[in-house]
Order: sequence, then structure tokens, then C-alpha cells
Amino acid sequence: MIFVFFLILLMLVGAVAASIFRDLISAVIAAALVSLAAAILFYFLQAPDVAMAEAAIGAALTTAIFIIAIRRTKRYEE
Amino acid sequence: MRRIISILLLVILAFGISLSLAKIPFGTPKTKVGRYYIDEGIEETGATNIVTSVVVNYRGFDTLGEVTVLFIAAIGLGAVLTGSGGEETRKKQPASLVLYTGCRLLFPLILVFGTYIFIHGHLTPGGGFQGGAIIASGFLLIYLGCRERRISQRASKLAESLGGLIFVVIGLLGLVFGSYFLLNFLPKGTANAIFSAGIIPIIYIAIGFKVGSELASIIDNLIEES
Repeated sequence: MIFVFFLILLMLVGAVAASIFRDLISAVIAAALVSLAAAILFYFLQAPDVAMAEAAIGAALTTAIFIIAIRRTKRYEE
Repeated sequence: MRRIISILLLVILAFGISLSLAKIPFGTPKTKVGRYYIDEGIEETGATNIVTSVVVNYRGFDTLGEVTVLFIAAIGLGAVLTGSGGEETRKKQPASLVLYTGCRLLFPLILVFGTYIFIHGHLTPGGGFQGGAIIASGFLLIYLGCRERRISQRASKLAESLGGLIFVVIGLLGLVFGSYFLLNFLPKGTANAIFSAGIIPIIYIAIGFKVGSELASIIDNLIEES
């Protein structure tokens, strides 16, 4: 139970960090942290199907696509 | 001033959402249909994974729409990105030996894992979408580690089209053998066996190939451009 609250806290911290960071690569990694914590949380809430999709798409593919997009544009936000 | 107004709007929005959510009792089953799926799902569809029996059997038509949305997104991305290519002659840095060897070692394992996920979609958690996403992340690893390797566009388009074709043809065969689209016309078999649940594993394997090749070709298009 404590672990579930820790995961929720981790998601909140990651979400706030993703919106604060000026370095976009760091922001993307923070967003990936939110996805990863959400995937573990789904697993603990007995939804392994959703957890699998969230881990594969949210944490891996979306992060990669964002990083590829940042490489084409600018890394730092003004 | 703008900041105050937006904070005020957010508070009003949060109040409204929490007011409507407070009416829903969490943890207690309110709808009868969920209980019905849990009680009758295994017997009616033959799939021991209830989620799969809902996604592919009870709500199979929705899944066809979902697959179509992904297909249109992949086609649109390909159409936008492939047009401007051509100036790509920048020399790519080769990956280090550890990364190169590691990704060559891991890639077949990830492929086998993804294939396992979608072949066993009707028995264990997971299915076509999850397995396809895992396979696409394996291709992402190959693009990051072994940069000179590319998937063949022809093979990916072939897998994608075959997956969609099998899905629609099996749906239409339901009309031929019975009364409605996506009818489960094959024998159910014994529950928990790999050859069971009628058309569910066939459709999920088709979806797995389709989603995997679509996501891999999206990544291929993006990396080609950057």
C-alpha cells in the first residue's frame, strides 16, 4: 500500500518536473518516468494488459519519438 | 491577470469534475455488463483472458476501428515525412562495441517475447497491441544500436496489409457462415489450450503483425528524416 502511494507521488513529481524543466530532453525523461510509474501502478491495480501497453508505448516509443523530434528542433526552451 | 483567471478556471473545472466523480461509487460494480463478461466470458468465447474476449470478440468492431485509426496515422506520417527526404548524406557515428553487441544480442529475444505476447493473447495478459508495441521497441533498439541496418519497407508494408486483410476477411467470413460480422465461427476448443477460442488468436496475431510493422515504420520514417 505504501508502495502504491510512493508511485503516485513519483508520478506527480515527474509531471511537475516535466512542465518546469527548460531542457526539453530532461522534460521528456521526466514524462517517461510518469509513464513508467503509471505502468507499475497499473500492474498493482491488477490491470496487466494496460500495464504492458503503457510500458511499451508510453515509456519507450513515445520517449524515442519526442527525442527524435527534439534533435530536429531546439533542445532548450526560451 | 491572465494567470489569476486561468487558475480560477482550473479551480472551477476541478470542482465540477470532482462533483460528478463523487457520485460514482468506486470499487463496487455498478454495471451489469461487467459482471456478465466475468461470469459468461470464458464459456461464450473460450478465451481465458477476459480482456481479450471483450476486445476481440464482444467489441471486435471497435477494435477494427482502432486499428484503422493507427493505420491512417502511420500513412499520414509517411506521406508527410517521405516527401522532403533526399539530402540525408551526413555520416553517422558508429555505435560503440558494447551497444552494438548488446542490441544484436537482445533484438531476437525481444522479438520472441513480443511474438509470445500476441500468440498467447487469449490465455495470458497482453495481446496484439502490446505485442506489436514490444516488437516495435525492438526495432527501435536496432535503429539506435546498429545504425546501418534498416527494415525493408516492402516487407513492413506487406505485413501491415496482410494483417488488416486477414482481420477484415475473417470478419466477413462470419457473415458467410452465420449472421453477423466477426462471428466466432470456428470451434471454441478446450479453454486454456493454445488452439482454442476460435477466431480470437488468429485476429490477435494479425493485429500483432499490423501494429508491429506500423509502429516500426513510423520510427523508421522519423529516424530517416532526422
